[in-house]
Amino acid sequence: MTLQPLFFYLFSFVTIASALMVIAARNPVHSVLFLILAFVNAAGLLLLLGAEFLAMILIVVYVGAVAVLFLFVVMMLDVDFAELRQGFLQYLPIGALVGVILLVELIAVLGGLAIAPEVETLATPVPADVSNVAALGAVLYTRYLYFFQAAGVILLVAMIGAIVLTLRHKEGVKRQDISVQVARDPRKTVEVVQVETGRGI
Amino acid sequence: MNGFVDTYLIPGLIMAGQSLLVIVLLLIAVAYLLYADRKIWAAVQLRRGPNVVGPWGLFQSFADLIKFVLKEPVVPAPANKAIFLLAPLVSTVLALSVWAVIPFAEGWVVADINVGVLYVFAIASLEVYGVIMGGWASNSKYAFLGALRSAAQMVSYEVSIGFVIITVLLAVGSLNLSDIVLAQTTGLGTMIGLPNTFLDWHWLPLFPMFVIFFISGLAETNRPPFDLPEAESELVAGYMVEYSSAPYMMFMLGEYVATVLVCALGTILFLGGWLPPFNFAPFTWIPGVIWFVLKAGFLFFLYAMVKAMVPRYRYDQLMRLGWKVFLPISLAAVVVVALVLQLTGWGGVPVPAAG
Repeated sequence: MTLQPLFFYLFSFVTIASALMVIAARNPVHSVLFLILAFVNAAGLLLLLGAEFLAMILIVVYVGAVAVLFLFVVMMLDVDFAELRQGFLQYLPIGALVGVILLVELIAVLGGLAIAPEVETLATPVPADVSNVAALGAVLYTRYLYFFQAAGVILLVAMIGAIVLTLRHKEGVKRQDISVQVARDPRKTVEVVQVETGRGI
Repeated sequence: MNGFVDTYLIPGLIMAGQSLLVIVLLLIAVAYLLYADRKIWAAVQLRRGPNVVGPWGLFQSFADLIKFVLKEPVVPAPANKAIFLLAPLVSTVLALSVWAVIPFAEGWVVADINVGVLYVFAIASLEVYGVIMGGWASNSKYAFLGALRSAAQMVSYEVSIGFVIITVLLAVGSLNLSDIVLAQTTGLGTMIGLPNTFLDWHWLPLFPMFVIFFISGLAETNRPPFDLPEAESELVAGYMVEYSSAPYMMFMLGEYVATVLVCALGTILFLGGWLPPFNFAPFTWIPGVIWFVLKAGFLFFLYAMVKAMVPRYRYDQLMRLGWKVFLPISLAAVVVVALVLQLTGWGGVPVPAAG
């Protein structure tokens, strides 16, 4: 049990350092890359907790899909840094407020644990013989099936909504319609003619 | 202190040794697969292929390696140097790190983890970063266009690969790669009373999924006919335009290791991994790892033939194929497979009932 604290401190140090670099880096692409580093290290922390399924899903969903699109957008944007920094003081109070609220909540949770450690025992102990994936699947697909399905439907509606909002049929754009191409009658499109030499058509 | 040596040092050293062995053997295999790829490509086009270095050109890959390493790496002046040099490292290291969970034979696996398939899928989804970082850091239009194409392409085909893997997982009931292979000891063949043969493997009941996996694997690893990120006729060499010498070699190495990985994964998911094609006397004498290599090599041969024969897709056709053809088919297949398994109670390795 000597190596686990070592890895815990390694992962948490890199997570916090790269989270700091996300807001400190001057180049937005560097920020996103540090964000990815923070995600990967958070996945490492989840692995140390024994939540291997959550760790892998964090990497697949956040790093493999969300951050890719994020990076995509940031790389395409032409960001003017001087302009960005001008509004900094104006937004500082709001940012500070959010930060203070988060800090107070964290202190409340951790302080509560320190004052009343018996709260921890409310959590259900993890049965040893059930794997992570099976346990999560059993909970999601039996006890909370309807909530899970409702969340899925909400996400589907949001996705279709985003597609509908951005869908515009442009006039005058040539598109390939494969079924029309396949359904064309060759006799109507190709004409075989006997050309007399020297005459042309 | 004694506990430390017994619990950490010795297992750690053993694991490091195993990893090193896997990487060295893998790199040698990749050198000869690269040679095989070029030879097959040449044979289809009635050329000779590499035949100068060593007998029948067998040392060509090593000559290329020496050439790449000895040449001068050129870093363009407007490039973002740190990310420019990090990108090929990312793509090679990620491609190599997946092999930790691949079972070459029964018990021959460096890390036999419960969520093996998810690990492979997670690392494969990270592989796009090498390409994006390289394309962006080069500070070149062609490289950037290649990176954008690659990002969109890999994210698109990952979706259908994910659904294909889910159908296999439904049939097996486990995320462990060794369990997936063992689940293929029973199947369609044993149901009608035959002994365990190649008819039991997943390729037969899940044949449409096998085809989708094969084609999506081509797109996921940027192999022809889906090599649009490096389409030389329009983008010169795509995201690799600005790379030279060792960094370029690492990109190529990462790409080939990823291709071999897709072959190995296809072998495990659909072709029964290390299981012999006929699981009785003369065939079981040959060790499982040889069957594994033969099957993965067969898939690689198919990949090489596709590269030699199929012309490159247009980009909108590529996207159409991914989103409008493969995604609906694989989505429907997940529902159908789940329904069939629920109604019939078929399915491979029994898992302890949970909850």
